[in-house]
Amino acid sequence: MSHLAYLIPGWILLVGVYGIVTSRNLVHAVVCLSVAQSATYVLLLVIGYRRHATAPVFSDIKPTGDVVDPIVQALTLTDIVVGATVTALLLALTVQVAKRRGTVDPDRLRSLEP
Amino acid sequence: MSPRGRLIVFLLGGAGFAVLFVLGTVHLPDFGGTWHPYGERTVSNAVARHTPNVISSINFDQRAFDTLGEELILMASALAAVVVLRGVRAEQEETAGAHEYGPAEVFDALRITGYLLLPITLVAGVYIVAHGSLSPGGGFQGGIVLGSAIHLVYLAGDYPALARIRPIPVFESGEAVAAGAFVLLALAAAGQVTAMNAAVGAEVGCAVVLVLAKFFEQALLVRTSS
Repeated sequence: MSHLAYLIPGWILLVGVYGIVTSRNLVHAVVCLSVAQSATYVLLLVIGYRRHATAPVFSDIKPTGDVVDPIVQALTLTDIVVGATVTALLLALTVQVAKRRGTVDPDRLRSLEP
Repeated sequence: MSPRGRLIVFLLGGAGFAVLFVLGTVHLPDFGGTWHPYGERTVSNAVARHTPNVISSINFDQRAFDTLGEELILMASALAAVVVLRGVRAEQEETAGAHEYGPAEVFDALRITGYLLLPITLVAGVYIVAHGSLSPGGGFQGGIVLGSAIHLVYLAGDYPALARIRPIPVFESGEAVAAGAFVLLALAAAGQVTAMNAAVGAEVGCAVVLVLAKFFEQALLVRTSS
């Protein structure tokens, strides 16, 4: 049972990819990509979790106390930053696609030229 | 490919992924266990170097060079978004206020809330950046708060005022200067956590403002010339 938590990120990733596969709207697809990417946040935090431990900030606790793994938390921060910028870039592309082609339905964007 | 065919391909791939993922997790250490060898080493290093917030210590001291890469990804993405959203031929940009739009008709309560929250949010953002080495927070988080804060003016219904308080050239130069400062700090003085937090905070804030400014222009000002 103790490994069940590791399966949650896999499930979130599959849900996100399912959303992208069945998407009929590019904005929806970008949001689904964010969902799929959030699986990596959960995976990192699950790996770093430690029972009965607190946040790795020692402003108000003794440096000997148990804390969760700070490395994966720092990686999660990196992950969130990169994810947010990629989302911004993809939404910018979506704006241009909508202006040039008049649609944001991926199925109607088969060819490269209108 | 038909939606049905696409779904079948997804189901096959998803099933394969699920099997591999489950097999991959079987031999991982128990969830919530106490075996975190790298974590323990970073904690003792962070405490030895007087950075109580271990996350900041990792990002700006122990892994500062990696954060340089992350920072440049952020800058490249923001730059790319701005380039993609630039005006093109057959489009013309209307200057904000060309129609003499005043502040929009919004409830007074909303307007007052926006203007009241603006200074509070700015101070909170500066606090999150400045205290990043001591308490949860840091340049990335505080930068986002700072960049979002000035858009409270827009939420209060006053786009012309927002356009006045965020002159784009200033933020473009700010972004470049902050990115340059961060590169110098990461290469020459990694471990100056507070200074690096400040550089990152300035850069993230400027990037957020620039990208949002471009989105606003697209939504509010750019028109296809007929």
